[in-house]
Amino acid sequence: MTGLTTPDSLIQVSGLRKVFGATLVLDGVDLVVRAGETVGLLGPNGTGKTTLLKILATVARPTRGEARIAGHDCAREAEAVRKVVGLVAHGTHLYDDLTALENLTFWRRLAGQRPDADALRAALAEVELDDCADLRVRTFSAGMKRRLSLARLLVSRPRVLLLDEPFSSLDQRARKWLEQYLQGFTARGGAILMATHAFGRELDVVDRFVILANGRIILDAPRGTLGGDEIHRLYALHTEEVS
Amino acid sequence: MTFVRRTWAVVWKDVLVERRSKETVNAVLFFSVLLLFVFEFTLGGDRERLITVLPGLLWLGVLLAGLLGLGRSFVLERENDCWEALLLTPGDKGAIYVGKLVGNLLLMALVETVVLGLFTLFMNVDIGRAMPGLLAVLALGTLGIAAVGTLFGAMTAHVRARELLFPVLLLPVLVPVLLGIVKSTEALLAGEALGSVSHWLQLLVAADVIYVVAGLLTFDVLLEG
Repeated sequence: MTGLTTPDSLIQVSGLRKVFGATLVLDGVDLVVRAGETVGLLGPNGTGKTTLLKILATVARPTRGEARIAGHDCAREAEAVRKVVGLVAHGTHLYDDLTALENLTFWRRLAGQRPDADALRAALAEVELDDCADLRVRTFSAGMKRRLSLARLLVSRPRVLLLDEPFSSLDQRARKWLEQYLQGFTARGGAILMATHAFGRELDVVDRFVILANGRIILDAPRGTLGGDEIHRLYALHTEEVS
Repeated sequence: MTFVRRTWAVVWKDVLVERRSKETVNAVLFFSVLLLFVFEFTLGGDRERLITVLPGLLWLGVLLAGLLGLGRSFVLERENDCWEALLLTPGDKGAIYVGKLVGNLLLMALVETVVLGLFTLFMNVDIGRAMPGLLAVLALGTLGIAAVGTLFGAMTAHVRARELLFPVLLLPVLVPVLLGIVKSTEALLAGEALGSVSHWLQLLVAADVIYVVAGLLTFDVLLEG
């Protein structure tokens, strides 16, 4: 297993393997993300980044190996995992014919919570959507939808964040907000695993980055040890992608 | 209490979305009216023939319109991967099934009201005397159809040939319910008392209990895919 598993390890992946039909997507992935840490998961399209996130989020099951979130097995203790994990995926998880406020209200109610309108409006204000609280999501731009799906995280308060290209569709202000939110999240003891294939400012929030290629982790290094150009060079080298 | 709150959340969301989009209601109501026109033109003024086939026609209308609505009940969840979020929300997934079932019952109740109203208007038949018994049969039959329809709607939501597969899977399972409702309706419209069809009503109650329990027990697995 990459890194040492300690009591503060919120994400633990060991020998994870996932096969879809005849296609091997993940081939013995080992990974640890500790409390207070943000790990960037880099790799070209189709290398298994989303699959790894989906297994950790309990949406998909591993073929072999083990994945744990806050000590709970993702395959056998899915309900316990779902209580502590937040997923921002490609889909926004929003209903287009509901307003922004109604979407947040619905997901709170479905989680068995009484929705506090003030708290929900505060979450919308945090992502600068308070003016659009009563507008239908159908009228939102892609960036606004992405911000609203992030507002869901603010009210559900997970301990572990699994983010799949979270900066896509966001404008500069929203990116800045997200960077600050993610830094605050880890400062409060949360853990983040963020999949991306971009090399921009996304990597500023990352403490460690991991390169996934052909279903395997081929590089796991702290960000401070390597510069942006070096990361780019290693990525191109290991993934054989022309940069 | 949490189960009820979660169920209510799903009903509230489905009704709100449908009230705004009107996609399913418009399609189902238009289809019902169209179906009644076809029946009316086919049977014409032959009253004797009409009385004989009325129970079958009535339920055929309800069933075909219901199939349209039930088959679409989970299509909404595919939008923006909401299905994934439903799965990821912690808590008893049975509440989602019951919420969807209640939403479908409301939709079917609306369809039945329109179909019954139009039947009496188009076919010029008096169902007033049979109405109390007919309402009991409608309630039991609708619950059975909606319980299986909701479950199979979830099962086929991600299948490419969904529109084809949904009725093919649903109709054979609904045979006991269809038998019960058509036979009961036939007897009630012929002027028989509700007590005379108690055996059919018992069959409907048993089928409803089995279908709803099966839905509650298996929905979790279906949602997990």
